[in-house]
Amino acid sequence: MRFSALRVLKEGLTGNKGWSPHWRDPAPKPEYDAIIIGGGGHGLSTAYYLAKNHGMTNIAVLEKGYLGGGNVGRNTTIVRANYMMEGNSQFYSHSLKLWEGLEQDLNYNAMMSQRGIINLVHSDGQRDAVMRRGNMMLSQGDDAAFLSPAELKQKLPYLNYDNIRFPIYGGLYHKRGGTARHDAVAWGYARGADQRGVDLIQNCEVTGIDIENGVVKGVQTTRGAIKAKKVGMVVAGRSSQVAAMAGMRLPVESHVLQAFVTEGLKPVLDNVVTFGMGHMYISQSDKGGLVFGGDLDFYASYAQRGNLPTKEHVMEAAMCLMPMIGKAKVLRSWGGIMDMSPDGSFIMDQTHVDGLFVNTGWCYGGFKAVPASGYCMAHLMATGQSHEYTARHRLDRFETGRGLMDEETTGSQHNLH
Amino acid sequence: MRIACPLCGERDLREFTYKGAALALAYPSEAASAQEWDDYLHNRDNPAGPTRELWYHGSGCTSWLVVTRNTVTHEILAVELAENAEEASA
Repeated sequence: MRFSALRVLKEGLTGNKGWSPHWRDPAPKPEYDAIIIGGGGHGLSTAYYLAKNHGMTNIAVLEKGYLGGGNVGRNTTIVRANYMMEGNSQFYSHSLKLWEGLEQDLNYNAMMSQRGIINLVHSDGQRDAVMRRGNMMLSQGDDAAFLSPAELKQKLPYLNYDNIRFPIYGGLYHKRGGTARHDAVAWGYARGADQRGVDLIQNCEVTGIDIENGVVKGVQTTRGAIKAKKVGMVVAGRSSQVAAMAGMRLPVESHVLQAFVTEGLKPVLDNVVTFGMGHMYISQSDKGGLVFGGDLDFYASYAQRGNLPTKEHVMEAAMCLMPMIGKAKVLRSWGGIMDMSPDGSFIMDQTHVDGLFVNTGWCYGGFKAVPASGYCMAHLMATGQSHEYTARHRLDRFETGRGLMDEETTGSQHNLH
Repeated sequence: MRIACPLCGERDLREFTYKGAALALAYPSEAASAQEWDDYLHNRDNPAGPTRELWYHGSGCTSWLVVTRNTVTHEILAVELAENAEEASA
């Protein structure tokens, strides 16, 4: 079933009776060429690119709950390519290019909206830092521009420019950044993978990983044993539990990150705006809700909800930046489980077990990586070699100290990112 | 989440700073291997359920605390002074 404007028109005139489910609901087969544990954004995109780029169609995605029910359904939908480190820079640049072609590629409306991201600065030092970042973004082939306070005031007249502690000195404008409809991204990849023959198996929790003589043989699940020559662990916040089934202890701590949305309002905020000094960022969804978030709660958690002090801090920052937000009512808040790595960058690598691959450590930036993560993970699983963009994202970089990817230069230690 | 400091009583979460898993109490010896240091510095059990972790009561008595806490429910199961925990685990 292909989507098109003509089809929407036809279905609209004939009672919408011609639509069919977007993917099948198959029972697990006894054996696959490859299994991906985790039916979130990264797992589904891995399956899609395994099928599309590498012709591997006898594969399955095993999901404990329902497709897209984890972080891909719980984020703030921001897409950007403003990283600086060798490796991260190429990876996120590639991801943004995949985002730009995603809807045509998947024939699915992911509501990709390149509305631009503005990182505000409040001091000379910060302005110098974003100038450098902007130049790095330009040299990686992406876009960046500096907006003066006068230019910002035209776009965002209602910000508090004269706050004594955080006067606004300008902003780094990343025009190709923006937002995408997070659920639709998961659904689009799921449908694309399913159409290529991938079995998407829901309500199927992996309970064990079968390893013989250092080689992966398959997995045990709540729906029976499934054999496979290759297994990819793509489970974000739950990485430690799944890796433990293979006898691994990962350099990951799972933390809660909260987000908030207000009641629907008329269009007021065209861009994504980040207020780094207040640990707060905000955009407006297509439904009109102001979507905003802050920093981690900063304690380990699997609760998918946070505590009140962080909520209060985020609300205070929002009021400080954009006083008019005080008129809006918060409709919902929620939390996601972030797989925090010691140096703040992700891990995509082979493990000590032949045929077992790990994809984790996305910290609080996994959503924008969904396309490139799947693209590079598929390359790794299909060829056994890291893609050139993820060759630096090694699991052993913490043990050796070589090639740490500390984007924020705060140190390679838990609780610093 | 409120934490019952053994010295100050039950206090608001904002008075405390989280350090991480209570591994700091098991500092590797000088002869430790790179693997042991890696385990100490980076690798974590990261359990979904009860776990022991270090918290600092910075806005209170400035004690280091070992807090046993359920990471799924946020329930605080036990709190003790880190120096006592260190003695107990020595």
